[in-house]
Amino acid sequence: MIRFMLAIIRRDLLLVARQPAEMINPLVFFLLVIAMFPLGISPEASLLSQTAAGVIWVAAMLATLLSLELLFKLDHDDGSLEQLLLAPYPSWSLVIAKVFVHWLVSGLPLILISPLIATMLFLPSEAVPTLMLSLLLGTPTLSLLGAIGAALVTGVRGGGMLLTLLILPLYVPVIIFGASSVAAAAQGMPGDGYMALLAAMFVFALMITPWAAGSALKL
Amino acid sequence: MTQSIWRMPRWFHQMGSPKWFYGFGGSLQPWFALAAFVLLTWGIVWGLAFAPADYQQGNSFRIMYVHVPAAILSQSVFLGMAVAGAVGLIWKMKVAFMVARSCIAIGATFTVIALLTGAIWGKPTWGAYWVWDARLTSTLVLLFLYAGVMALNQAIAERQIAGKATAILAIVGTINIPIIKYSVEWWNTLHQGSSFTLTAKPSMPADMYLPLLLTVLGSYCLFVLVVLMRTRTQILQTQSGTSWLMQHRDITGV
Amino acid sequence: MSFIPSAIPELMCTSDLACERDFRVLYSGLSLSVKAGELWHVKGCNGAGKTTLLRQLAGLHPVDIGKVLYPQTSIKIIYIGHKLGLKEQLTADENLSWLVGLDGSSTQLQRYAALERAGLKGYEENTVAQLSAGQKRRVALARLHLCKADVWLLDEPFTSLDHQGIEDEQDWLNQHTLAGGAVLMTSHQEVSLPQVNILDLSQYAELSSSSPSSGGGSST
Repeated sequence: MIRFMLAIIRRDLLLVARQPAEMINPLVFFLLVIAMFPLGISPEASLLSQTAAGVIWVAAMLATLLSLELLFKLDHDDGSLEQLLLAPYPSWSLVIAKVFVHWLVSGLPLILISPLIATMLFLPSEAVPTLMLSLLLGTPTLSLLGAIGAALVTGVRGGGMLLTLLILPLYVPVIIFGASSVAAAAQGMPGDGYMALLAAMFVFALMITPWAAGSALKL
Repeated sequence: MTQSIWRMPRWFHQMGSPKWFYGFGGSLQPWFALAAFVLLTWGIVWGLAFAPADYQQGNSFRIMYVHVPAAILSQSVFLGMAVAGAVGLIWKMKVAFMVARSCIAIGATFTVIALLTGAIWGKPTWGAYWVWDARLTSTLVLLFLYAGVMALNQAIAERQIAGKATAILAIVGTINIPIIKYSVEWWNTLHQGSSFTLTAKPSMPADMYLPLLLTVLGSYCLFVLVVLMRTRTQILQTQSGTSWLMQHRDITGV
Repeated sequence: MSFIPSAIPELMCTSDLACERDFRVLYSGLSLSVKAGELWHVKGCNGAGKTTLLRQLAGLHPVDIGKVLYPQTSIKIIYIGHKLGLKEQLTADENLSWLVGLDGSSTQLQRYAALERAGLKGYEENTVAQLSAGQKRRVALARLHLCKADVWLLDEPFTSLDHQGIEDEQDWLNQHTLAGGAVLMTSHQEVSLPQVNILDLSQYAELSSSSPSSGGGSST
């Protein structure tokens, strides 16, 4: 089964290499959304630094959502999803492999660029490690939960909008704890409790989402 | 009949037969209609008109008699929908999916009522129609969950696949509801001091508490009534070619 | 797979298989037995459920009524449907590599040989997007030469192929059955091979009664 998952990962990474836009677009979108906030609200440092934690997290969430629609759709459209499902391995392993690549391509770049974003939004520098850690724990959860929605709307017309509608309620806890952890760190308070909760949510998502998404794919 | 890992008694599988459900449900319907009408009217009239006024909030708290049942039902119905969906997935019962589908609209309606009455209650109490109170916010998220299930149900053309997909979504949503509620409550205490919650305390005098009980029970009866009616309608729509239904038509002339 | 004269192994069988779509029964009571060396041509008009049957046999479509059984303990099935399952941005060689790599491995030599046999010599390093429809189908079919599968489930396998391609493919089908494999295929075209078993799906279709006055419609 490991070889099966590795084969999928290798194939998907090769596809991303052939079409780098898949990787660049969510990142650019993330930056654009971040830039919109000062433009729409105010460039004042004090105001921005107060809202920075939440803004970054909401933008990260939106960027993840943007790339989720294609998670299974492309494979469904050309029939390769069928071939993946036909392999004699459980569908949840396929979900984990694809979510892993999705996270590598959309979540990891966000984490790496977050220090830059923090500066743009005047987030205090002592909060940056917490920001990165919270994103590190939270973005895989976002990818996992999103996979359920992506699997459910595979083959449905207008899937992108529907996907957002389905997943956003599930994202509420992650947003709350992710943003709160960074806000707490910005005020100099320890964020260990939040990290533990984020980690717990990640483990929980890892347990239920592959099953749920796998079942949904087989519909 | 259908195979599953758990053995269920015969009556359980019998419930999954559309014909049986149509008949039995039909005989139950008038009773639930009567019960819902009696309980709701009695409870609402007593609560809105005759129960003693709350010393703190005056008469505006009376909206509780509508708000609390709506809030309780909104969550119960979602849970019921998920359970019906799970039953349908595990035991492959078509009727279970129909029951789940019937729950969506009524559950969403209860949620909207809860939100609206919450806003109405909030105005005299807090001076604002909407506050980001923990319970109201959780109810709002619940409404989004309902909207998602409704949208998914309509988006998938093939009914059987739609039933399974909405079942999976309902189950995932139900698992998440406690997590969402906890996180929203936590978020709320972080940002507001002491929030005045909209639920009345359990230590209410009996003549305040009893009408509430009546309205809650009456709402449950209403819910069961609506589910029975909608499920039976779905049975009519989908089983139109079967012999038992055509015999039924010949007899009743419907 | 060795040929035992007295007992031909049964590769796949169904028991009372049925399929519904939107509460309309496509087929029911289908009990089929596919033995080694057999080629089955599934026929039926459009919408009869041919594709759904193949997908149920492959395990892609849920089986709610009846059963699909695989008597042999380890059986390998290849399903090639309407959608070929190829990634457009990858080359023919790369596509075969990942398709086979899901449950096995292959060397480049083997893949090139398979592509040559499928009539695509010289096109191995072209991305699938650059190939014509017929060539794309040849890439998908080349997989049949790479994986040693017992049962081939092919949905309209002659689509887009030129005359030579159709002849070649019928050749491969023949060779496969002679080697002890089995084939189930749908096609609106006739298969010109010696031993073809016909499965007419319309025989298993549900008789639907639309007018209330007509007596018994069968219960679902």
